[in-house]
Amino acid sequence: MSEPELKRTPLHGAHLAAGARMAGFAGYDMPIQYPDGVMKEHAWTRASAGLFDVSHMGQARLAGEGWAAAFEAVTPGDFAALKPGRQKYSVLLNDEGGILDDLMAARPDGEGLFIVVNGACKDEDFRFLEASLPAGVRLTRLEDRALLALQGPQAAAVLAAHAPGCADMAFMDSAAMTGFGGVDLIVSRSGYTGEDGFEISLPAAEAARAWDLLLADDRVRPIGLGARDSLRLEAGLPLYGHDVDPSVSPVEADLAFAISPSRRRRGDFPGAARILGELSGAPSRARIALKVLEGAPAREGAVIVDGAGAEVGVVTSGGFSPTLGHPIAIGFAPPALCAPGQRLGVVVRGRTWPVETVALPFVPHRYVRRP
Amino acid sequence: MRFTKDHEWVALDGDIATVGITAYAAEQLGDVVYVETPEPGRALKAGEGMAVVESVKAASDVYAPLSGEVVEANADLAGAPETVNADPESGGWFARVRVADRAEYDALMDRDAYDAFLETL
Repeated sequence: MSEPELKRTPLHGAHLAAGARMAGFAGYDMPIQYPDGVMKEHAWTRASAGLFDVSHMGQARLAGEGWAAAFEAVTPGDFAALKPGRQKYSVLLNDEGGILDDLMAARPDGEGLFIVVNGACKDEDFRFLEASLPAGVRLTRLEDRALLALQGPQAAAVLAAHAPGCADMAFMDSAAMTGFGGVDLIVSRSGYTGEDGFEISLPAAEAARAWDLLLADDRVRPIGLGARDSLRLEAGLPLYGHDVDPSVSPVEADLAFAISPSRRRRGDFPGAARILGELSGAPSRARIALKVLEGAPAREGAVIVDGAGAEVGVVTSGGFSPTLGHPIAIGFAPPALCAPGQRLGVVVRGRTWPVETVALPFVPHRYVRRP
Repeated sequence: MRFTKDHEWVALDGDIATVGITAYAAEQLGDVVYVETPEPGRALKAGEGMAVVESVKAASDVYAPLSGEVVEANADLAGAPETVNADPESGGWFARVRVADRAEYDALMDRDAYDAFLETL
């Protein structure tokens, strides 16, 4: 069987020209790293500003009379209360309260929602959403738009030169604006690195020009998916398909913040019986964060053991933390074992290495919140 | 020095072979953050996994280019795995092996053959 043809983002040529090492991800031929390499790209993002092509992600608008109720039928968020100019993290839930995907839903204007979902499951997500919509509410996929992320402490200063409207945005704000000389943008102050930064949706035809303009700034370098993964792991942010899947509830995944208080009171979201039960009692598993004290990086699938060597959990994402200089991992374990400061072990290639449970995030977030 | 298609190098001195990964392999791996070297005394068979090298993203196996007994592992890599990137074909060696069969060494690619092989990748 031959590999299905990989799709290309509007920036594919720019990645090749920059000397990126490419690989298939979510059905797209994507840059894993540029000649700088993962360590330098990671450090650059934390120190200055990193530019990411995330055009593989799924973008759509949801609009029409009743859009808020329609979206609330498949998520645990209070979207009727989401004000124009704001964005909310949420999850698509199945009837068992498991997570079909995580997403960002924003109100950049008065026109219902702007939704961004993971690239790997965007077709399933949009089909699922469409199938759930009542008459009058429509989902419009934005296939002709690219998505850039500019992340790091210099991101705001860099972007302000091209899109002045972003200057007074705070974390999780969303706005429709023009930038890069009259291009229509949907900008949110958010990201997947734990740093301050922006995600910028723009017409595919304008993406390469905006990419080059941003990279012309000495404070900006292109960053591949390799560093995107190490950055998000340090920030304690889950990766769908690894840390979260349809068997995992938002409570188990440490994403209970996505369940709005009003929705908890109403208990009217899919899987509410399970999720409300987990919120009031204790889920059977919880998110565990591990600092590897010595030895090999513990990666996805590594077994977590207690002092007696008994299996107590499993790593769902792990790797080396460039910022901290040692391996880190997240996974699932019984809630009692997840409190910080406990000594456990991880088994890598038959050897058990000592780990300590820590609090998330591994590296503090530096979001710019409204005072 | 001789080379394998899996991008290991071997330098032979008497019956002791020093083994590492090539500059090409180190470049492909990216930043090395951890190396698991074989225990001295271990009997290696040509082609079996003898070490593991880990970058930020992934773990990769290193295969024994020839058969023999491990007599020494590079202890410096524990504290300085980045040596594999900085000096792959010398200071970044993985292990020294007492060679069982010199013919296995002679059958490996020489530098010209390995360079020609890299051109095909």
